[in-house]
Amino acid sequence: MTNARRTLRGVLGVAGFLLVMEALGRTGIIDPYLIPLASTILTGAARLLANGEFLSQVGVTLSSCAIGLLLAAAVAVPLGTAMGTVPAVERSLRPLVEFLRPIPSLALLPLAMFLFLSGEQGKIALIVYTSCWPLLINTLYGLRDVDPLAKETLRSFGFGSYDVVRLVSLPSAAPFITTGVRIAASVALIVAVSVELVAGGDGIGVFVTQAASGNRRDVVLAATLWTGIIGLLVNSLLAKAESRLFRWHRARAGEEAL
Amino acid sequence: MKTIVSRIAWLWILPVVLVAWEVSTRAAQAVYFPPPSVILARLHELWFSGPAAHVFLTDEAAHHLLPSLGRLVVGWAGACLVAIAAGVALGRSAVLCDVFSPLIHFFRSVPPPLLIPIFMTMTGIGTPLQLTAIVFGVSWPVLLNSLDGARYVDRQYLETCEVFGISRFRRLTRVILPAASPKIFAGLRISVALALIMMILSEFIGSTEGIGYRMLVAQSELDVPTMWTAIVLLGILGFVLNAAFLRFERHVLTWHRGARKTD
Amino acid sequence: MLEISDLTHSYGAYQALGGVNLTVAEGELVCVVGPSGCGKSTLLRSIGGLLRPTGGRVLVQGRPVEKVPDDLAIVFQDYSRSLFPWMTVADNVSLPLRRRGGDRRSRAAAAVEALEQVGLPAAAGKYPWELSGGMQQRVAIARALAYKPALMLMDEPFGSVDAQTREDLEDLVLQVRRSSGMTIVLITHDIDESVYVGDRVVVLSKSPATVVGDLRVELPEPRDQIATREHPDFVHLRAEVGRLVRGMRSGEPAAAPEAEAASPEQEPAPAAPKA
Ligand SMILES: Nc1ncnc2c1ncn2[C@@H]1O[C@H](COP(=O)(O)OP(=O)(O)OP(=O)(O)O)[C@@H](O)[C@H]1O
Ligand SMILES: [Mg+2]
Repeated sequence: MTNARRTLRGVLGVAGFLLVMEALGRTGIIDPYLIPLASTILTGAARLLANGEFLSQVGVTLSSCAIGLLLAAAVAVPLGTAMGTVPAVERSLRPLVEFLRPIPSLALLPLAMFLFLSGEQGKIALIVYTSCWPLLINTLYGLRDVDPLAKETLRSFGFGSYDVVRLVSLPSAAPFITTGVRIAASVALIVAVSVELVAGGDGIGVFVTQAASGNRRDVVLAATLWTGIIGLLVNSLLAKAESRLFRWHRARAGEEAL
Repeated sequence: MKTIVSRIAWLWILPVVLVAWEVSTRAAQAVYFPPPSVILARLHELWFSGPAAHVFLTDEAAHHLLPSLGRLVVGWAGACLVAIAAGVALGRSAVLCDVFSPLIHFFRSVPPPLLIPIFMTMTGIGTPLQLTAIVFGVSWPVLLNSLDGARYVDRQYLETCEVFGISRFRRLTRVILPAASPKIFAGLRISVALALIMMILSEFIGSTEGIGYRMLVAQSELDVPTMWTAIVLLGILGFVLNAAFLRFERHVLTWHRGARKTD
Repeated sequence: MLEISDLTHSYGAYQALGGVNLTVAEGELVCVVGPSGCGKSTLLRSIGGLLRPTGGRVLVQGRPVEKVPDDLAIVFQDYSRSLFPWMTVADNVSLPLRRRGGDRRSRAAAAVEALEQVGLPAAAGKYPWELSGGMQQRVAIARALAYKPALMLMDEPFGSVDAQTREDLEDLVLQVRRSSGMTIVLITHDIDESVYVGDRVVVLSKSPATVVGDLRVELPEPRDQIATREHPDFVHLRAEVGRLVRGMRSGEPAAAPEAEAASPEQEPAPAAPKA
C-alpha cells in the first residue's frame, strides 16, 4: 500500500515536472528555442526509437562500455584478489594505486588519441583505465571484510590457501565486487560519452554533437533522455541483482552511490 | 619511528617505476612517452619558472592554471552547498521525497558530459560554460545522497529531540545534519571526481584557457612533452584534491568510524 | 501526576493495548512488568506523547497529553541510538538544557553535576562510543536528570547491560529518586527488578494488554541488593508477580489466590494459543 502510494507520488512528480516545463515554455517564460517544449522532447524521443542511426550509435556506446568493463574486470578482480590475499603484494602496489587512482581519466584522452589509431580502441582503453579503480578497490574491501573465522575454519579442515580463496574469500567478497561493477558501469558510460564528444568516431556522444551542430536541441535532449533512462535501468538492474543474489549481505559495500 | 621508516620503505615501488620508465623510454625512443626527466624539465620551464613574486608561476601558468582552479573550486563548492541544503530540506519531508526522488534519480543517471553541447549553445564558450558543466555534474549525486541521508535519520534520534524539546534549528544543525553526514560525504567524494571530469571536458570542448585547453593545443601541435606536463598537473591536482578531501572527511567523521568500530 | 483511563491502541488491525487504567501519584516509582511484546513500550510511548493512542485518555499533571509534555524525560532502552555519537558526553547531556534557559556556563555546570550524580565525572569530554554499555546508559540517565523533569519514563533501561552493571544502575535509580523526589515509571520484563526497585508493581497481560495486577511493595528502606532480595516479603512478592505474569503466559487462569490486589478491570485473559 505504501509502495503504491510512493509510486503514485513519483509519477505525479514526473508528470508535474513535465507539465511545468511545458507551461513555462508555452508562456514564453523559458524561451522554447533555448529549451524545447517538454512535449516536443517527448515526441522527439518517441521518434528516435524508429531512428536506425540513433539506435546503432547507442549500440556502439553500450558495446564499448561492456567490452571495457569486461576487460577491466579481467584485470582488476584477479589483481584485487592477489592484493587482498597476499599482504606483501598489497603493500607494494598500494602506493602506486593511491597515486594513479585520482588521476582524472580524461587527462589521458589526448594521449589515447595518439596511441590508438582507431577512436574505438582509445575509448575502450580509457574505459578500462577508469573502471579498473572501483573494481579493484571494491574487491580489496571485500576481501578484507572476509570473516577470519571462516577462513580459519576451512584451514583447520586441511584446505589449502587456494581453496580458502575459492570457497570463502571470493564468495564473501562477491557483493562488494558487484557493487564495484555497478559503480564502474556508470563511470564507464560517462567516460565513453566524453571521449565521443571530444574525439568523434561513433556513439551517442557523436550523435548528440551532430544534432547540436544542426541546432536540433529537441533531438539532443531526446537522446539525453534515452541515455538517462538507459543509465537508470542498468543501475537499478544491477542493484536489484545485487540485493537478490546477496540477501545475506547486510552492509552495503564501500562507496555508496555512483 | 619504526613504523614511519617501514611505511616509507614500502614506497619503494614509486622510484622503481620512475627509473624503469626513464630507462625504457630512453631506450625505446618512444615518441609518445618522453622520459620523466624531460617531462619534469618542461614542467618547470613551462609552468613554474616564473618570478618569486608570483610564487614562481609563469604567465602561462597564471593564464591557464589559475582559471581552471578557480572555476573548479567555485563551481564545486557552490553546487555542493546548494545541493546539500536542498537535499536535506527534501529529505525531511516524506511527501517531497517521494515526489522528487524519481526525477533526481533520472538526472543523476544522465551522463553529464552529454549536456555540454547544449550548455554550449546557451552559454557560449568560456567561464559560464565551465561553471554550468561543473555545477550540473556535481549537483545530482550530492543532492541524492543528502536526501537519502536526511530521510533515513534514526527515528530514535528524532524522538530524543522531541522528548527533550530541542528546537527545530538545533535539531537540524546538531542532529539531522550530523546524522546524515556519512551519506553526504559519500556523495561529496564522488562529486570531487565528477567535478574534475567536467572541468577537463568543458575545457577541451569550449574554452580558450585552462589546463584542458592547453593540453589539447599541445596535442594538436604534436608537442608531446607539454601534453605530458598537463597530464602530470592534472594528476597532481586530482591527487591533492582527493587527499585533502579524505583528510577533511576523516576529521569530520571521526565519530562515525569510532561508533562503527564498537558495533 | 499521571492518570491513564481506558487507554487502547491498535497498530492497524492488531490491538496492542486493550484498555489500560493506571494512576501514579506524585513522587511514586512504579514498575510496569509484562510479557515480551505485550505493549509496554506502546504504553510508555503514549504517556510520553510520542504516539497518539487510538482510544482513551492520558493526563500528565492534569493536562491531556497531545505532544511531549514539558516536564517529562525518557530514558530509552537502546542507549546506543539515543545518545548522539557525534557529540561528546557533556554536549549530549547539556544539549536539552537550552530549553531550561541559563547561559552556557550554567548549562555546562548542570551537565557536570548530573554526570557526577551518575558517577561519571571523568567521562564529560569523551564520546559515547568510547564508553561501555553501562556507562552509556548512565549518561542517558544523567541527561534525563540534568533536564530535571517532574516525570521520568524509563523503557527497559537496563535491558542490554550485564548483571553487575544492572544492579548498580538499579541502585542509581533508587538513589536518584530519593534525592530528587521525581516521579518515575520504569518498564521492565524482569520480575525481580520490578519488586526491588518499585514502590508499586503493575502487571500487564499479553496483548491486548490490560492491567492484571497492581501490587504495593512495602520493603524496608533503603533497599539493598543482598538483604532486600533475601527478605521474606521480597520473595513472596516476587512469586506473586511471577504468577501474575506467567499465569497469563501459559494460558492458565490467573488464579493465584493472592491476586486480590488485581485491579477490578481485570478481564479473563484470552487463552493464548502458544507463546
Ligand atoms: N509500529 C508498529 N507497527 C505494528 N505493530 C507494532 C508496532 N510497534 C509495536 N507493534 C506490536 O505491538 C505489540 C506491542 O509492542 P510493544 O513494543 O509495545 O511491546 P513491549 O511490551 O514493549 O515488548 P518488549 O518487551 O519486547 O519491548 C507487539 O506485538 C508488536 O509486534
Ligand atoms: Mg519494548
